[in-house]
Amino acid sequence: MRQITIITLATIALFTLALTQHSGGVYKTNTGNISFFSHTPVEDIAAENHKVKTAFSSANGKLQFSVLIKDFEFEKALMQEHFNENYMESTKYPKATFNGIIENINTIKTTTQGIYTAKVSGKLTMKNVTKQVSTTATFTVKKDIVNAKAVFNVNPADYNVKIPKTVINKISDNIKISIDADYAHQH
Amino acid sequence: MNRIYLLFLLGIILTSNVFAQDLDLLDDDEPTTDYTMATFKTNRVVNGHSIETVAKREFDFKISHRFGFVNGGVYDLFGLDQATMRMGGDFGITDNLNIGIGRSNEAKTYDGFVKYKFLRQATGAKKTPITAAWVSHIGVTTQRWTQPQRENLFSSRLHYTHQLLIARKMTEGLSIQLSPTLVHKNLVDSAQRSNDILSIGIGVRQKLTNRISINGEYFYVVPDQLEQDKINSLSLGFDIETGGHVFQLFFTNAAAPFEKGFITDTKARWLDGDIRFGFNIARIFNF
Repeated sequence: MRQITIITLATIALFTLALTQHSGGVYKTNTGNISFFSHTPVEDIAAENHKVKTAFSSANGKLQFSVLIKDFEFEKALMQEHFNENYMESTKYPKATFNGIIENINTIKTTTQGIYTAKVSGKLTMKNVTKQVSTTATFTVKKDIVNAKAVFNVNPADYNVKIPKTVINKISDNIKISIDADYAHQH
Repeated sequence: MNRIYLLFLLGIILTSNVFAQDLDLLDDDEPTTDYTMATFKTNRVVNGHSIETVAKREFDFKISHRFGFVNGGVYDLFGLDQATMRMGGDFGITDNLNIGIGRSNEAKTYDGFVKYKFLRQATGAKKTPITAAWVSHIGVTTQRWTQPQRENLFSSRLHYTHQLLIARKMTEGLSIQLSPTLVHKNLVDSAQRSNDILSIGIGVRQKLTNRISINGEYFYVVPDQLEQDKINSLSLGFDIETGGHVFQLFFTNAAAPFEKGFITDTKARWLDGDIRFGFNIARIFNF
């Protein structure tokens, strides 16, 4: 008898958990794009990552990103190696994450096609350093997908990225990060 | 008993819920394949090849010097008065297939090689414990014949080296490489000498900082294959990376900057102080 009660309780607990996580609709992709661009008079450095995992909830506005540092692709293989080995230390810190919120999620109607402006803020974590960031994003609700685009800037020094003096004039202290993701509704 | 079980179950549910708070919308635990990169800073350990290759359409221009003996003292400025050198480069046909050429003033030798990396160390979804590559060299000496009056064959100028390179990045800082090597000389000093010489190279790299590492390399030649005055080559040095360049500064007892030379023609003994200072400068160009 008791065992049945326990199993029932556990099942209810698990279901509640599952429901709270998926209520209102989660929009998700594993192939989001993030690129960054560092401009200095000496050198421009650009890289792209097309394997970004990201999702948002249209119910509570939660917005999350998980980015593997090793998936950033550079035009020059040597730059990619230096990015991973010397600057981001990607073996030690393999991921960058963002855990935030779309503040005005109520004004974004994911069921009505159109273009919406969203205020996004949250915690960006890179190399074990977490900082509050905020930006304005554009959500475009299309027939099957919701596209989101955003741009913001980071200073590598804020995230414990050490740049030697010899190359300090080649790497910007205001690196532009561009996000472009097509989210699909999860059923 | 059942109560404990219930508490335990509740505990699991609660903790999993707490963890899920983090990135609960993402399936972030899917394993991905993580290929090991930068087992060595550059495609040479010191004298010999490392498993690293240059990327597709990149050209790695190399200038290598080995000076005279350090124990020559101030009179020879610690060996800097003499030098053997090689100029050459490695080119990436693909990320894993490289070709290279070079020319050394040691016996006026031209050399060429083909290198193919066929296994990459990886963790995660696909696990591979080692990186492995094959490299085959051909060398041709172009010095004038010492006895031009006799019949000299062009084939006598040729020598070959084949190597299997097996490396593992043990930790973020420590990498180890084993290189079973076969050198074939078309011409040897006497009929008693074998044309084929077996050896194994051992290479070690320990990072000191992200940009500087200490490297060691030893080629053990299976005994009784070489003349009495020949000895195994041992090299110790540093890799210093400065953005586009890698500088390798080292001490070695080998004079020749190509495989057949430093594996089978080394005569100088570390224990007698017959050590040379040497360097390789590598610069990558993109096409």
